Amino acid sequence: MVTVNGEQKELAGSLVSEIIAHYGYNRETIAVEVNGDIVPKSLYDTFAVSDGDNVIIVGFVGGG
Amino acid sequence: MVSEAEIEAVINARFSEPVYKTLKGASVGVAGLGGLGSHIAVALARCGIGRLVIADFDTVELTNINRQFYNLSHMGRRKTDVMKEEISKINPYVCVEVSDCVICESNAGAVFKSCDVVIEAFDKPESKAELVNALLSQTQTTVVASSGMAGFYDGNEIVTKKISNRFYLCGDGKHGIENGTGLTAPRVMICAGHCALAAVRIMLTK
Repeated sequence: MVTVNGEQKELAGSLVSEIIAHYGYNRETIAVEVNGDIVPKSLYDTFAVSDGDNVIIVGFVGGG
Repeated sequence: MVSEAEIEAVINARFSEPVYKTLKGASVGVAGLGGLGSHIAVALARCGIGRLVIADFDTVELTNINRQFYNLSHMGRRKTDVMKEEISKINPYVCVEVSDCVICESNAGAVFKSCDVVIEAFDKPESKAELVNALLSQTQTTVVASSGMAGFYDGNEIVTKKISNRFYLCGDGKHGIENGTGLTAPRVMICAGHCALAAVRIMLTK
């Protein structure tokens, strides 16, 4: 099991890019952390999450 | 001219010398000087943050005046220049360093490398994500980012969340400008207050 934004999901072994697609995020407007560390965008297609990982996807909306 | 000791005495009287010294020794970056960043920079200067690194590539336009710190007399001038001047009128002993350029992943680390905290106050969601990713992966600074402060929605929806040890997020997380909703002075100032306060609290709890 992997925790994604607080919810338990059967996504262990998935790539970060697959999780992003699963939730429908635009990879250009997000930041992804796994266990408190940022995952650079260049690693989205190769970084696989493991059982027990805590994934946080922060999506940004415009305005500032 | 008011002396630095007089300003120090006033801040000390309301808080304490350790608080004053911590904030005086702090370096905070503000990326973007629009509705959020202009108010954030002023709030940080009033708190006595010793060094501000402020960045923007833009000039003041009439369309900014409904919500940004600027006034009509500033139109046409660089935002970085105006903010430096306005901050000097509030506290001339704040060290203000300006970067009048577009901040992107290739220069963000260099511009803000000496900052304890950097506040992301950009407009476009792609720019926000790019800066947050760059700072968290290239530097050791703590990042306060913003998302969701448009419209006249309930101000109590705007919150500060700690995402991880070096990453805080201020806003309601949902009300953006994408669907044509505009930014309004009171709500963008609420979010600016959250961002500035988060930076101060990070410095005081380090």
